[in-house]
Amino acid sequence: MQPIAIRDVSLNYDTPGGKVQGVTNVSIDIDASEFVCIVGPSGCGKSTLLNIIAGFLTPATGQISIGGKPVTGHGMDRGVVFQDFAQLFPWRTALGNVSFGLEMKGVANPERDRIAREQLRLVKLEKFTNSFPHHLSGGMQQRVAIARALAYNPSVLLMDEPFAALDAMTRDDMQRLLADVWKETRKTVIYVTHNVAEAVYLADRVVVMSAHPGTVKTVMKIDLPRPRDPLSVEFLDCQKQLMAHLGHNTNGVAH
Amino acid sequence: MQDAVTISVAEAAGESRGAERWRLIWRNVFPFVVVGGLWEIVAWAGIFPQRLFPPLEQVAASFYQLTVSGILPHHAIETIFRLLSGFALAAVFGTIIGVLMGRSRRAEDILLPLVSIGAPIPGLAYAPLFLLWFGLGNFSSILLVGFVSAFPIIFNSWTGVKAVKEIWVRSAQSMGADDKRLFRYVILPGALPYILTGLRLGLAQAWRILVAVEMLAAVPWGLGWLIFGARKFLNTDAMLAGIVVIAIIGILLEKYVFQKIENYTVVRWGMTAK
Repeated sequence: MQPIAIRDVSLNYDTPGGKVQGVTNVSIDIDASEFVCIVGPSGCGKSTLLNIIAGFLTPATGQISIGGKPVTGHGMDRGVVFQDFAQLFPWRTALGNVSFGLEMKGVANPERDRIAREQLRLVKLEKFTNSFPHHLSGGMQQRVAIARALAYNPSVLLMDEPFAALDAMTRDDMQRLLADVWKETRKTVIYVTHNVAEAVYLADRVVVMSAHPGTVKTVMKIDLPRPRDPLSVEFLDCQKQLMAHLGHNTNGVAH
Repeated sequence: MQDAVTISVAEAAGESRGAERWRLIWRNVFPFVVVGGLWEIVAWAGIFPQRLFPPLEQVAASFYQLTVSGILPHHAIETIFRLLSGFALAAVFGTIIGVLMGRSRRAEDILLPLVSIGAPIPGLAYAPLFLLWFGLGNFSSILLVGFVSAFPIIFNSWTGVKAVKEIWVRSAQSMGADDKRLFRYVILPGALPYILTGLRLGLAQAWRILVAVEMLAAVPWGLGWLIFGARKFLNTDAMLAGIVVIAIIGILLEKYVFQKIENYTVVRWGMTAK
């Protein structure tokens, strides 16, 4: 697993791909196998930052390196999971979707199949290997997306609000599952969210961003033992602190 | 466990299944029974001379005679040959041109104005030109069918490629797909629902132009020729038999080609608009 160094990254203009919510002078260092959440109000550029790290956008200034190698576009050292359920290819089964990266990598079939099945087992979908995405629920589709992003064994997993469109109960399950998957695979994870409880539950460190300009406001370490109990006093304390950083009114209960 | 597999096939209760099927058949047949009944009434009422408006049993009789004598099958086979040859040309070139337009900005800039102007012109308007250039007969009619039915295929393939979701492209790129494989594994299947629609419209277009052009191109056999030729001898029953054959071929192609392909692809993938 690789550390990530983000150095003075800025991007503040209209790209051909549309108007970008800018980021200004963002510098973050992420350790190998660390789980980092990026939180912030909408418009703070957290998704833009993730897209820059993924290589879909090129920063105007600054540099990002993964394991010492500078990022110059998308690459197989990173796996990406988006918020949209539609990210899966509807013409491929769960297994076919998970195999995609391996096919691109040139892994031949008995091996490819074995790895893909293994990944589906990791996200508890071994019974649905031959289902097409439209037969799967939203939560299951996102699990396939996670398995797909992990299958070709990138060192970094980039996640852009992957559970934001799920109902609250499914989301809780998914967070637990992701924590397990991370524990097992030890990937370096960058996870964008606007959900404070989610960030406290998952992250080793939370990067708090502020809007106008989109920049890092503060970084908060979450020192709770895992697995975390979202109802413990310490957990709620962390949540309160994080909300204070975000500038929320903390009189009353968390979200 | 809140994850549930949605099963698209409705559960059919075992006993009422037979009755259900008969009701379905009846519902499909009913409109034809009504129209057939009205036809019979008009035919026997003597409003038109029977020669011009034959009752259905007479049409059926001549359909049978023309079939066993081999005349109708011969006409049908010639027509199907032209239809499929022309349509195959249109399918291949139409899809290639449409996909090219969807993928390349330059191709789009050059081709879109041409296609936009060419498409609304009725296909038959090109017919005299094609006959002058390529002579009477099979060659020019196949070419014309191909040319005219390519337009809807071009348009829909082009739209289909444009409608491929950006998130599929991004996912594929992040998993290491280069341009070639992106095209083959993402763009093509992603555009398939539109391409299939284009092919269907193209085939309908091919029929329309072919039946008319068979008359103009002075081909010796063909359903279009049969229908137009029968007018000279007031053979209304032969005309109607020809029309029936066209309908049958159309239904067979729809049911055994298009629906089969669709069920195997876009329906199975859940990519059809419901």
